[in-house]
Amino acid sequence: MLLFLVLCPIIAAIIIIAGAPARLTALAAAISNLFVTLIVLSQFDRVAGGFQFVSSLVVSADWRIHFAFGVDGLSLLMLLLATIVTVAAVWFTAKIDNYERAFYACLLFISAGAIGAFASIDLFFFYAFHELALIPTFLLIGIWGTGNRSAAAWKITIYLTLGSFVLLIGLILLYQSLPATARTFDIRELQAAAVAHGIAAPTQRHIYLLLLIGFGILISLFPFHSWAPEAYASAPAPAAMLHAGVLKKFGLYGLLRLAIPLLPDGAHYWMYLLVILLLGNIIYIGLVTIAQKQLDWMLGYSSVMHMGYIFLGIASANILGTIGAAALIFAHGLSIALLFAVAGQIRNRTGTLLFDDLGGLAKVMPFAGLAFGFAAFAAIGLPGFANFASEIMIFFGAIRNGWDMQRFHIFQIATVLALWGVVISTVYMLRAYRSTFMGTMNERWGKLVDLDTALRIPVVLLIAGLIWFGFFPQTLVQMVTPAFRTYFTATK
Amino acid sequence: MIAIPAPYLEIAVLVLGMAILMLETFAAKIDKKTFAYAGIIGLAAVLIASFFLSPESSAQQPSGFWNFYTADPLSIFFKRFMLVTTIVVLVMMIDYAPALRKADESTSANLGEFFSLPLLTCAGLMYLVSAIDFIFIFVSIELVTISFFVLVSFPRRNPIALEAGVKYLILGALSTAFLVYGITWIFGVTGETNLQRITAAFSSGKIDNYGATFGAVLVLVGLGFKIAAVPFQMWVPDVYQGAPTPVTAFLSVGSKAAGFVVLLRVLQPFLMLPNMQRLLVLLALLTVVYGNLAALPQNNLKRLLGYSSIAHAGYLLIGVACFDGRAVTFYLVAYLLMTLLSFEILTIVAQQTGEEISGFDGLAKRAPFLAFGMLVAMVSLAGVPLTAGFLGKFYIFYAAVDKHQTALIAVGVVTVACGFYYYLKVIAAMYWQPSANNSAIAVSSLSRAVIILLIVATILFGVYPQPILQALRH
Repeated sequence: MLLFLVLCPIIAAIIIIAGAPARLTALAAAISNLFVTLIVLSQFDRVAGGFQFVSSLVVSADWRIHFAFGVDGLSLLMLLLATIVTVAAVWFTAKIDNYERAFYACLLFISAGAIGAFASIDLFFFYAFHELALIPTFLLIGIWGTGNRSAAAWKITIYLTLGSFVLLIGLILLYQSLPATARTFDIRELQAAAVAHGIAAPTQRHIYLLLLIGFGILISLFPFHSWAPEAYASAPAPAAMLHAGVLKKFGLYGLLRLAIPLLPDGAHYWMYLLVILLLGNIIYIGLVTIAQKQLDWMLGYSSVMHMGYIFLGIASANILGTIGAAALIFAHGLSIALLFAVAGQIRNRTGTLLFDDLGGLAKVMPFAGLAFGFAAFAAIGLPGFANFASEIMIFFGAIRNGWDMQRFHIFQIATVLALWGVVISTVYMLRAYRSTFMGTMNERWGKLVDLDTALRIPVVLLIAGLIWFGFFPQTLVQMVTPAFRTYFTATK
Repeated sequence: MIAIPAPYLEIAVLVLGMAILMLETFAAKIDKKTFAYAGIIGLAAVLIASFFLSPESSAQQPSGFWNFYTADPLSIFFKRFMLVTTIVVLVMMIDYAPALRKADESTSANLGEFFSLPLLTCAGLMYLVSAIDFIFIFVSIELVTISFFVLVSFPRRNPIALEAGVKYLILGALSTAFLVYGITWIFGVTGETNLQRITAAFSSGKIDNYGATFGAVLVLVGLGFKIAAVPFQMWVPDVYQGAPTPVTAFLSVGSKAAGFVVLLRVLQPFLMLPNMQRLLVLLALLTVVYGNLAALPQNNLKRLLGYSSIAHAGYLLIGVACFDGRAVTFYLVAYLLMTLLSFEILTIVAQQTGEEISGFDGLAKRAPFLAFGMLVAMVSLAGVPLTAGFLGKFYIFYAAVDKHQTALIAVGVVTVACGFYYYLKVIAAMYWQPSANNSAIAVSSLSRAVIILLIVATILFGVYPQPILQALRH
């Protein structure tokens, strides 16, 4: 099952390059992947916890590397996000003039990389699959990007390379921190071994710092964020959807999967640093976002800003906060994908995303306006959307964490400041909505057409996901809880 | 079960090389390419024979010939390595022959020599990886170097190739002088030239440490030229750019790999000397930094690959400085695959477009297959996971983390990011830029097969490294 999820996009990409009809094959692969994920979801045992659907193949006996897949609630949630956004991204791909096959192949490779990373329970392939997406991203931005595409492509590639090699060193250190007989790349055994042998606190600190920097670069943690807005602004819309919606979440998933359960002392030691950096994400980047004059840049910055909330949940390192973080990863992935999708549609029609040029588009593109409105309200965190439910959990988790430690702890201050971040995001989202869809319309845009009827399907899919988990967050929380419960009971 | 004594392999290759050279002289009417095909088939036969070696040959008590020559698993592994390299180089030479003919009418008559010399070089390289005596090391290096002198300056009407040949000759002679002087010192201190007995002499403790260190450093300098370690790298860019492309590939894979095998063997006795490791760490640091920084601004792909080969020598030296022979060996295998792949494609494409990176503009439109092959080669050289190049770097970094070489790790990580820039520059040219000329580029079916094999191997060993690790364990 899981192997199918990983191999399906790769095989589809190869078939597309070999000559199959590109759009049809890609869409078929993406939809069948979503379908298989839903089957896995329906058969998933929510109570049992632990990894299910495990399949394993020995790759290197000497190094104990296995080509192993399995899902628990957390990774299943990520798979669901990845497959939904892939369907939307492929569906939203407009007509491509040159190298059409390569475009779809690149999208599918990014999707395969993300799915592979989320489904792997082997550290080596967890890392390797994420990197599978690196070159396709480079090509997507470089060939089909807009604006200053070559600078953006170089920036994202070099940044992410540096981040992933720092991460690699951290992972090697993690592997070596166990006694020689217990060394393994299997995440399950690693967890068991970390509990059984314990990793010395100073070692944990080194490893956690490396992981924080490595993953932090991949997630665009302040001050390593500068690649993100530029890359997302330049990337073609489907690439931005996949990258901002799914691939960037790899780092957060990694922190939740590895850093929190395996390195509790390290997490505790660097907590203050992380809290200060994430406030940089929320407040500083939030203010920067308000100042943007162009829709795509604004969305890029807003996606950097929202990482701050997820970090807050991770930093709080209690069960409520981390579940909130996992839920917000999912919710943010869907909402940012929809925002980029609509922005991409507007850019295809108008050729510009400057706020000064746009305005009043709701008159000619009512459905696009509606979709953007839904996504923007979700991103702000309006009740009824999944983002609200998850942010609430994060805030409660964080403030309770501060309460547990002492009165007037930094966590309480951070939570209060982060709440102001919601106001900031309201300001920029509403401003963007007003100057794009409301107000007087420029004469030039009188003949624009609304989104095709076919495109309404992925829009509805994304919005349905957001609203479903907004009204029934429990379905999601129940799924993820066993995974985190094992972590927190095992380490305390 | 057939059992072939290991030394027969080299003898077979030598006989093959000389036979082709003779035939070429007497049978002037035969199409020259026939010799290359004969060489490829002969080497393939030797490669197959290498899997049927008699096992006892390495276990014998060292005496007579076995004082000089070992057939341990490492050497057998690298003999196969050299054979594969030479086969691919011969394929490249067939593709390169038209360029040689075009450049100079008179050299066309010498194509037979062009095809037979690599066989002699190959025999030298195979001896070199088996050598466990300084005298034998020296003789094998000479066999390799002298045949390379001829190969590098083969297009002798071309001033750039001549310049490359002269540079290689003078600096090669200089490095040999260092090597011999070092050997003399070591012989003077220990009274031995056999590496095993030198080790024994060291462990007896009655050795003049300063004299031995001095000798070891001189040997290191001599070998530093062969593996292109900084500060002995100055010949590399010019020679790589000036030599015929297949010869460049041969230099950068065969010669370098043999240099590293000898380095690993030679260092064995000297590990107990103080400061040896520090010296190697310094050498590795200089080499990775220089190689990667100097490669950044290059616009000529061949020159860029020259600098990149210095950078890779640096990563290999990190492995040597951490005394991890397995990591070094795996890296060399990965290096063989991706370097030969890139040179093979360069050989084919450069005949149409020249060797500048801008000549590769829009290659993805003109020749999607070649562009994809180059993409795999560059991605692997840069070190993207799921390619052999990444696993090589992974093992090297693993060794460095294991030995707590913080400086090497930090510098290594930054330089890897540097490397991504210049390798991806080639990819950017092929895929981002429009092409000036849209005519397709012809690829012979033999080259196509070799390219496909190299691509598959690069990806396969990046995902499933066990066959190589297995081969190294025995």
